[in-house]
Amino acid sequence: MPEKTLIEAIREAIDEEMARDPRVFVVGEDVGPRGGVFRATMGLWQKYGEWRVIDSPLAELSIVAIGIGAALNGFRPICEIQFADFIHPAFNQIVNEAARFFYRSGGVYNVPMVIRAPYGGGISGGLYHSQSVEAFFAHVPGLKVVIPSNPYDAKGLLKAAIRDPNPVLFFEPKKGYRLIKGEVPDGDYIVPIGPAKVTREGSDLTVFAYGMMHYYALQAAEMVAKEGIDVEVVDLRTLAPVDKATILNSVKKTGKALIVYEDNLTLGYGAEVAAILAEEGFEYLDGPVMRLAGPDVPGVPFSPPMQDFFMPSPQKIAEAIRRLARY
Amino acid sequence: MAVEVKELLPITQRHEELGLADETVLQMYYHLLLSRRLDERCWVLQRQGRVPFHISGIAHEGIGVGAAYALRKGFDIVHPYYRDLALSIALGMKPVEFMLALYGKKGDPHSAARQMPSHFSLRRLNIISGSSPVATQLPQAAGIALAEVLKQKLRPQLEAAGFQVSREMRVVLTSTGEGSTSEGDFHEALNWAGIYKLPLIVLVHNNQYAISVPVWKQMAVKRVADRAAAYGIRGAVCDGGNVLEVYQVVKEAVDRARAGEGTTLIEAVTYRWTPHSSDDDDRTYRTREEVEQGKLRDPLPRLRDYLYRRSLLTQRLEDELEERVRAEVDEAQRLAEEAPYPAPEEALAPVFATEDRSGWWGE
Repeated sequence: MPEKTLIEAIREAIDEEMARDPRVFVVGEDVGPRGGVFRATMGLWQKYGEWRVIDSPLAELSIVAIGIGAALNGFRPICEIQFADFIHPAFNQIVNEAARFFYRSGGVYNVPMVIRAPYGGGISGGLYHSQSVEAFFAHVPGLKVVIPSNPYDAKGLLKAAIRDPNPVLFFEPKKGYRLIKGEVPDGDYIVPIGPAKVTREGSDLTVFAYGMMHYYALQAAEMVAKEGIDVEVVDLRTLAPVDKATILNSVKKTGKALIVYEDNLTLGYGAEVAAILAEEGFEYLDGPVMRLAGPDVPGVPFSPPMQDFFMPSPQKIAEAIRRLARY
Repeated sequence: MAVEVKELLPITQRHEELGLADETVLQMYYHLLLSRRLDERCWVLQRQGRVPFHISGIAHEGIGVGAAYALRKGFDIVHPYYRDLALSIALGMKPVEFMLALYGKKGDPHSAARQMPSHFSLRRLNIISGSSPVATQLPQAAGIALAEVLKQKLRPQLEAAGFQVSREMRVVLTSTGEGSTSEGDFHEALNWAGIYKLPLIVLVHNNQYAISVPVWKQMAVKRVADRAAAYGIRGAVCDGGNVLEVYQVVKEAVDRARAGEGTTLIEAVTYRWTPHSSDDDDRTYRTREEVEQGKLRDPLPRLRDYLYRRSLLTQRLEDELEERVRAEVDEAQRLAEEAPYPAPEEALAPVFATEDRSGWWGE
């Protein structure tokens, strides 16, 4: 199987879905001849033309709203928000509109659209090119929220998102775009939206993570394995709707849970995982549910030492694992 | 009728010169009358405590009826706002369909009794569900219109894949109030509309007030329609109390949009002489004299006056129409009152679609 980077897998998914279904189109800033600032749509404008790879005005609210309208009228838009940090002007259209259309019309109007956005820090992006925004949207019924951690899942999950009859937010760990490589089959396959995945079996404790933090969690698990700590790693992959069964089954086996995310700690996605474990997995627990996340400050600072201080890393995850294992 | 007909602004157009048959203009009057009497009944029901809330389309009926008749009903697509009772009625909404929503009863076709009333949504009439945050429907309507352009541009690929593209573009009409033109959504929608020459009509009901805030505190320009120039689209103004003028102006915009000549921003001027909603008290922000003056724009007596002058309406026919409309409103109210409420658990679903039913394909 050929090895591909995360960004190549994403591009391949878009390309194959555009070839498969003429209703699929891309809309966003710089997605056309430029191929996107991260090259997610490189070559697609040349291949499919200006009516299927649409360079939008610089206006995120309407990138999403245009997508909602086109979806209502039969198309399958893939809206690209250049950085997740810029999604906030579109918050109303996503949360009040896309998420609520199906419910508020009594199941009459569905909105089949994908909103892609690169997220996450550690790339010298400062406050406004580093944000993690998944918790805002995972809170909203009517939205599906997906974050792949590897190229295989990225391709299969993005295809599933494009074919889903509902709005799907697809957040991509941009630090991993070229860093994370993996085997990706040529041609069509789907990774279904919903199930989390146990990506490393272990017996001492479970680390729950997604996106870049899942990549680091696997590295941390290898580090502590040499010290005799046997870590299970679960890639959450779909944040909404959440896969409670996989979360609970893993902790039933290991008895301990660490949740790692690079968003701010408080009311981040890990809070929900912790609540699920406290409410439905209490009798499985042999220790406190722990979270490792970014500090509660308004952004990832630009200066390298402050950025490193903010970001969870394999070393910090390994240290948290040791603390929890000792409990 | 409290206002003397002779004080009202007369309709100067002639319907036959606009291509409207005698029966059609009488039908317009019937739709206007039905919307008005239905609306008045909703106020009564709310004041009696029988329903929790009403937001009215009174004084807006000339705009809605004129616009509806300018569209190809069942083909063109409408993304309305909460004052569009008359637009919805003229497109084919039945009074009971409104009453079920007013009461929050099972069978409400707009939202399955989830939304507040006047959030119109009827798939069979191509009326699309709206929310309460204003102007959000405008950039969505631009997206619906962009899809019409895409269908024509991508016709060979789409038809090869089994999607039937209509011979002509559907025109998308979206409406909003003048206060909502202060929102960023308005700007972004018109910007897209200009760049892509979208088959879109943005119909602004200028009723002079955004709840309590007068129009001169919303914008420094004299006319909403003046804003069109900034987007490279056409602007037009019409008297929203003159149903024939509204029809004329919207019809021209529809024809241009369908022909690929792009978007028109239409400002239809009216005066909202009711409070904003049943929860508002407009005595706190305007005088009664001003309100009485505003009633001279009332589309209903103006069209009635026109029909009498043109010998299309007689006292007998008018009485018959009033009687017919009263019976329809009575019946709608009775059916809504007799309808059951939804089961409480119906609040739980549906949140996610399991199949795709989006899109307007074919003719």
